[in-house]
Amino acid sequence: MNTQRITRWAFALAVGTALGSLAAGPAAAQAPLKVGFVYVSPIGDAGWTFQHDQGRKEMEKALAGKVETKYVENVPEGPDAERVIREFAANGYKLVFTTSFGYMNPTIKVAQQFPNTVFLHATGYKTAKNVGIYNARFYEGRYLCGVMAGKMTKSNVAGYVAAFPIPEVLQGINAFTLGMRSVNPKAEVRVIWTNSWYDPGREREAANTLISQGADVLTHHTDSTAVVQAAEEKGKYAFGYHSDMSKYGPKAELSATTHQWGAFYTKVTQEVLAGTWKGTNVWGGIKDGMIKLAPINAAVPKDVVELVASKEKDIGAGKLHPFTGPLKDNAGKERLAAGQTMGDDKLAVMDFYVEGVQGTLPKQ
Amino acid sequence: MIDTLVPIFAATIAAGTPLVFAALGELVTEKAGVLNLGVEGMMLIGAIAGFATAVTTGNLWLGTVAGMAAGAAMSAIFAVLTLNLMANQVASGLALTLFGLGLSAFVGKPFEGVSLLREGAPSLPLLGDLPVLGPILFRQHYLVYVSWAVFAAVSWFLFRSRAGLVLRSVGESPDSAHAIGYPVIRIRWLATLFGGALAGVGGAFLAVFYAPMWVEGMVAGRGWIALALVVFATWRPARVMVGAYLFGGVTIAQFFAQGGGIAIPAPFLSALPYLATIIVLVVISRNVATIRLNSPVSLGRSYRPD
Amino acid sequence: MQLKLETRAEPSRLMGWLAPLFAAVLTLIAGFILFSALGRNPVQAFYTFFVYPIRDLNGVAELLLKASPLMLIAVGLACGYRANVWNIGAEGQLTLGAIFAGGVALYFYNSESPLVLPLMIVAGAIGGMLWAAIPAFLRTRFNTSEILTSLMLVYVAVLLLSYLVHGPWRDPQGFNFPQSRQFTESALYPMLISGTRLNASFLLSIAAIAVGYLFLNRSFLGFQMRVAGQADAAARYAGFDARRMVWLGLLIGGATAGLAGVGEVAGPIGQLLPSVSPGYGFAAIIVAFVGRLHPVGILLASLLMSLLYLGGEAAQMGLNLPSAITGLFQGMLLFFLLGSDVFINYQLKLVRASAPAAVAPLGATS
Repeated sequence: MNTQRITRWAFALAVGTALGSLAAGPAAAQAPLKVGFVYVSPIGDAGWTFQHDQGRKEMEKALAGKVETKYVENVPEGPDAERVIREFAANGYKLVFTTSFGYMNPTIKVAQQFPNTVFLHATGYKTAKNVGIYNARFYEGRYLCGVMAGKMTKSNVAGYVAAFPIPEVLQGINAFTLGMRSVNPKAEVRVIWTNSWYDPGREREAANTLISQGADVLTHHTDSTAVVQAAEEKGKYAFGYHSDMSKYGPKAELSATTHQWGAFYTKVTQEVLAGTWKGTNVWGGIKDGMIKLAPINAAVPKDVVELVASKEKDIGAGKLHPFTGPLKDNAGKERLAAGQTMGDDKLAVMDFYVEGVQGTLPKQ
Repeated sequence: MIDTLVPIFAATIAAGTPLVFAALGELVTEKAGVLNLGVEGMMLIGAIAGFATAVTTGNLWLGTVAGMAAGAAMSAIFAVLTLNLMANQVASGLALTLFGLGLSAFVGKPFEGVSLLREGAPSLPLLGDLPVLGPILFRQHYLVYVSWAVFAAVSWFLFRSRAGLVLRSVGESPDSAHAIGYPVIRIRWLATLFGGALAGVGGAFLAVFYAPMWVEGMVAGRGWIALALVVFATWRPARVMVGAYLFGGVTIAQFFAQGGGIAIPAPFLSALPYLATIIVLVVISRNVATIRLNSPVSLGRSYRPD
Repeated sequence: MQLKLETRAEPSRLMGWLAPLFAAVLTLIAGFILFSALGRNPVQAFYTFFVYPIRDLNGVAELLLKASPLMLIAVGLACGYRANVWNIGAEGQLTLGAIFAGGVALYFYNSESPLVLPLMIVAGAIGGMLWAAIPAFLRTRFNTSEILTSLMLVYVAVLLLSYLVHGPWRDPQGFNFPQSRQFTESALYPMLISGTRLNASFLLSIAAIAVGYLFLNRSFLGFQMRVAGQADAAARYAGFDARRMVWLGLLIGGATAGLAGVGEVAGPIGQLLPSVSPGYGFAAIIVAFVGRLHPVGILLASLLMSLLYLGGEAAQMGLNLPSAITGLFQGMLLFFLLGSDVFINYQLKLVRASAPAAVAPLGATS
């Protein structure tokens, strides 16, 4: 695998040379649509950016000959991002995907200067005439993993390694906890914040700490595979996130909440190609195929697999919403009355732990 | 109570080990009168060299050796600049760190996101089964035991061997050492290389055994903390060990505090190791006499034998 | 025959100017080898790296925009370095400057007063100075190495900013995402060239270069600092207060770093984010040294450094090279310069093999 990776890299370098420099003149008529991708981290072989790049490749394959894609990875959020995004637009890229929250304001700024270029920004909330937004309901997958965790835990303690207490992460923690307690009311979830999206050393330390505090099922909302690996070493269970990480924890990973952007990228690009694009505001979930569970580990008993499958179907059909009342936060306050489901407006600003999560949310 | 403390102590030792290696190496370098501020850069190069080798060959020990060699090679650049070309040691050390950051990020590119599969730390026969002490001390990675051996060797070398005496005299007074006929520059070269090699091992431990993964800038200030530790230890190996584990403990404690549900904003907990370093430095440096008595007299000054 | 280094009677002025040139040429040669080794056409690579980024007005504006914080911080650091005060925590002081300025901008949110920006500038400078005052105090009062304390405070400053934008200063309309409100017009630097991002903070940086020049080369205080740096004993003999030098060295560096922080948040960023600098505080250390701690040198060095950044980006897009290549170039440049510096104080002499005894009396050659 490793030598393969290196060869792949060398190959990418060679291709880069073949493509020639940016200074080349404007493309001829009938040229393929140039599509740019801005990535926040290196692609690697698992994680947030890796999934976006998988989506890019799927789209390129589906629209072979009609598109030409290019990506820039490891672009820091901030003023440098604006320059990279502008560079794409200025070089004739008619569709640019900016795949991290911190690119929101730079994307909007560049979009004003290039009204004929379409920009798609992931996980943000600002739109414009030529800026669409997209995101996925990661919490739906989390809920299903929680159900499995509730059935598989012996200690009734799950550990959750998380980066920053923003709504998207809290949705995940809470959905996981609700899923877990829906089948195991005694279950509790402990959270450790790492204050960084990508810091394998800290993620591993946090995972080991949670294990020594009694957690026998782990999951994470950070960008490396460290938590799954730590679980594998200590003989505990884990759920991957972003990507299927079973390679790093063949025994440990029971399943994973994976992001699937390929179909969406293909659809948007087709619209832009056909000139029918009218704006995008997508928050897709299991129903749309944006969220999928990774293949479930053989260690999970058949009845649990079936239970998860039926719940997955219910969520897809809109019959089950992870956030359904009665719902109390972990201080005992009612957040949702019986029978109600939480609207997207409330989900988008979530700032509490549900009952069953240990500790208090860091005072923010 | 013991049940919660044992994993904390065990994790503390693992977290302190990169610091033990780097700080012991820098200690020897500084004892010879050379101040190499490039520890962070050398650790980074050691980390990527170690990780790349371990991933490519599948052999963790080969990785460790590669990390050591790479760290030494980095220190050789520093030695040429400061010992042969008489460049400013502070500036050259800073340059080494900045260069190490850039070079490791560049070389490490294809290894971003690659994971190194490895077994968990082994338990030593018999010793590992001791109550309390077993899980704390004897279920660590082999490199942890190596760090203890290095500690013993450095302590013996510096204060019990003739060669160590010569090295210290070069640090105290290069002029008189030169007058007696010792090759000052050569001794400083060797001490610098030794420091670089150990910093490289410390980095390799981080990337190959501890994380185990390569991330740009993953040393995250540990090189600087190692430098602070040498001052904290007033140039004595035993105190370096105490300091290294103390800092390992501070790093680990924040996670246990969070997992235990203590409601302090996480950023404040993350700042603890750095604040602790400052406080410790202040406490040690406050007494001018302690520093003056213990620090090698010629530390940081260029020397030209003529 | 062998080559020997011999001490010059006095430092060579000529070499002082030639050494950086020498270093630049060596860096170019190394770059040539590097590009060839990576299988790139070196000429095309050099074009992408050094010419493509500044092919138009917008490119030049971007170059100046990125050079601006570098020269500002470096000129401040140089004041300290000349006095042997090693402030390497400019990144943290920059962050504090951004926090202070950002605090003002958020407090006067929606105010249209023309005083908001000046107030931010003052607050930012104070913020940077306060953060630099900690190592200054610890060094003068407790004898603690400012190298280590100023560096440790970088991590603390970044975490403090992270806490603020995740918590109390978070945009109330921002769906709890970690960033502040976007500053209003009155809290932003006016643009210098419309259509580009170059703003008035660049003028401040140029002014700092001029003031730095006058201070370091034409004022008595600057002279004192230089003497203190070159010869501690002489300075003490002359009655210069060493503590005062430490305070001055750190506070000047802190103030300029703080101003650079203002330039970022009131310039291209326009709000507070969890990270406000891609390492300008550290890059400025290289700029200060490559610029030989001289304001004019720093001006040139900051432009070169900025070009290396832009070139790194262009190399990534145009040549598929990782942008980390920028760090490589920066490191090499600095090494070559430090190495070339030897010729300022020493000269190479060809000596006969039998002669060394005369040069090194004890034969204890290295």
